[in-house]
Amino acid sequence: MNAFKDGELPNLIKTLLRPAPRLPLAVLLTRAVRRIASRRGDLIERLGPTARVPVAIMPSDLPFSFRVNLDGASARVEVVTVEEAETAAARIRAPLLILLGLLDGTYDGDALFFSRDLVIEGDTEHVLALRNTLEQADLTPAEFAGLHGPAADLVNRATAELLSGARRLVHAPAPQKLPS
Amino acid sequence: MAAIELALGPCFFNWSAESFTDFYARIADEAAVERVYLGEVVCGKRMAFFNKVWPEAIERLTKAGKTVVLSTLALPAKGPERRVVGELAEQGALIEINDLSALLARAGRPFVAGPFLNIYNESSLAHLAARGAMDWCPPVELPLSSIETAAAANSGVTVELFAFGRLPLAVSGRCYHARAHGLSKDSCQFVCDQDPDGMEVETLEGDRFLAVNGIQTLSSGCQLVTLAAADLSQSGIGRLRLSPHTLDMVEVAGHYRAMLDGVHSAEETTARLREMPLPGTACNGYLAGEAGWREVAL
Amino acid sequence: MPVRRKRLELVCPAGTPAALRTAVDAGADTVYCGLNNETNARNFPGLNFSEDELATAVRHAHGKGAKVLLAVNTFARAGAIAVWTRAVDAAQACGADAVIAADLAVLDYAANRYPDLRLHLSVQAAANTPEAIGYYQKTFGVRRVVLPRVLSVEEIARLNQAVEVETEAFVFGGLCVMTEGRCALSSYATGKSPNLTGVCSPPDHVVYEKTSENRLLARLGGFTIDRFDEGEAAGYPTLCKGQFCANGKAGYLFEDPVSLNAAALLPRLQEAGVTAVKIEGRQRGKAYIGSVVRAFRRAIEDLAGDGKANNLADELTALTEGGRQTTGAYRKTWR
Repeated sequence: MNAFKDGELPNLIKTLLRPAPRLPLAVLLTRAVRRIASRRGDLIERLGPTARVPVAIMPSDLPFSFRVNLDGASARVEVVTVEEAETAAARIRAPLLILLGLLDGTYDGDALFFSRDLVIEGDTEHVLALRNTLEQADLTPAEFAGLHGPAADLVNRATAELLSGARRLVHAPAPQKLPS
Repeated sequence: MAAIELALGPCFFNWSAESFTDFYARIADEAAVERVYLGEVVCGKRMAFFNKVWPEAIERLTKAGKTVVLSTLALPAKGPERRVVGELAEQGALIEINDLSALLARAGRPFVAGPFLNIYNESSLAHLAARGAMDWCPPVELPLSSIETAAAANSGVTVELFAFGRLPLAVSGRCYHARAHGLSKDSCQFVCDQDPDGMEVETLEGDRFLAVNGIQTLSSGCQLVTLAAADLSQSGIGRLRLSPHTLDMVEVAGHYRAMLDGVHSAEETTARLREMPLPGTACNGYLAGEAGWREVAL
Repeated sequence: MPVRRKRLELVCPAGTPAALRTAVDAGADTVYCGLNNETNARNFPGLNFSEDELATAVRHAHGKGAKVLLAVNTFARAGAIAVWTRAVDAAQACGADAVIAADLAVLDYAANRYPDLRLHLSVQAAANTPEAIGYYQKTFGVRRVVLPRVLSVEEIARLNQAVEVETEAFVFGGLCVMTEGRCALSSYATGKSPNLTGVCSPPDHVVYEKTSENRLLARLGGFTIDRFDEGEAAGYPTLCKGQFCANGKAGYLFEDPVSLNAAALLPRLQEAGVTAVKIEGRQRGKAYIGSVVRAFRRAIEDLAGDGKANNLADELTALTEGGRQTTGAYRKTWR
């Protein structure tokens, strides 16, 4: 029997994450998206009106969600309860590893939607705008951490291996990006 | 101000030859329309049935003083379909072009630009006008504001507005009547003749939505455009097109005629038409730039 | 002895500059894209190119030996034709290799203003007879026609013998069931015309709703157009692939949620005289573009080598609508 529901994190990890340090996580993520927003004005332009709309990112295998606002210098990420996230105008719900795979281009958003691994609710236009902007962003883990040079390469490679291993471990859908 | 005319558009549905003969005889004798469009627009497979019908209908309508226009297929594809379109284009009678296939053969002689052509703006209409388009029935989804702009820039073209009937929304290479009956297009048994106003298509929740007519998809709703003659003139419209259905088209034409003559107001005309067994719920949203199924004040 | 045909040209979509780079790296001969406004038929939020991005993208592609086509393939709004002619100006200014257009107004402008600019006739023009294609060729000097997805391979072969222009055929991706450019279903439900605004099933009119039985309902402009049971593969919220009731039955009246995959027909399309094969999907992500382009590049090379066909079905299933594939109208039984 498969110990894991497709693509979801195991219960042990969920339990460990439950008393997650929410405030420091929010501060860390807010700093990261502001850094990206200030360096990549093209992305904010691409987002259009969606930049002013809070979008909920809801990892279905975590006990909390993220409410993301990408409005330039006042961009922020809040860690909120699932109930609070439900009130956002647009909501994206999927297991965490799948959401991370969308961020780095491992998965195609439409394909995840067709297979029902990804659920979108609310104003579809904002979800599309965010998805399409992420496609152009080519964001790397190092960019989130504000790293450059050899350190950035190291972090990117290590994260990619870690995520790919984790995806195999929990039987997440196969990456849609074929090996070159 | 020139008087606004009425036209009876081409019948989209697969009626029997006898029904057509009777229908056009009555139109010739009784309907208050200046112009009648004849011919198969939707399905090339149906064409052969009616070749005997048209000559008699043309003669009868012409004798009654109506201008007869021969409509051509919206999606000619097979060799025989293309030949018919080409022959119609090359001969002298007035034709309605519904696919650009006919344009080279028509070469500068007058024609009507039908609603299946993608003429959305003043410049594409001018392009056709320079090649012989005398009349233009805009695509049904075009808002009145765009029709006005295109009409104002092409004063030599008579604009004919689709004013009554189920809206022709789409054509396809596939026959949905055949598919709904578990048949293929090539052996369709002409099941489309079972639905002389189109096969009703409802949503899963039971809302009336569309209608299927062979390879064509129409609205379930029935377009009702009622505007006083002065308002129509102001928008550059010179003729209204009524699309044939099984209800009494002579009566429909009579209501529109009374409206254009100023006998009844637009509101009263709508009320009188609503009392008739319309093929679907009244709609006119497209003209206001809204969803086609809506009914709005124009 | 059979005539040796030229290798098929692989024409690939790009909705973002990043996708364009992905397509070029994955082996696209040609990439098509659109400006971020209503002039192109994939006008979705967050998608497409600014004029500056287009210029950079053309330089990048040309540097790697690939071509860029600009789709200006919606119909110009009355009174606002300048928006469309400006898009043609942008294509000319940045050295794009061709403009893909459908509107007589846009073609007229491009042909008169830039006689040297190569013109391709968009699938939105729905030109599927030698007579219609001949009109566009003689009037505007159109050099290539993107074939409407209503023709069988046999019909394409006959057509190619009767016309003097190149033809391009879709081989993978989303599939319009209605004749493209001749469909007002979406505007009837929402008021936004794909022909005018470049958006079919506009996202701001799409609502997904979860029912108490854990079913997913898709609504467009208030009309319920599909229903998926838990775990059942879904498709785009397009009317032509929705479920309706007709003739006493509920089901997919027009077409199932399904994607086109004509990889297995590449040899026959080449035999039929097609110059280029096209992948749909400017709205898709880099993962899709990379995988599909690489797979078709390999199939075309295999075809040029040993002449064998590969249907690529297994590796591309995950990327298709409803997880299902069809060869569409290319096989006559589809009708």
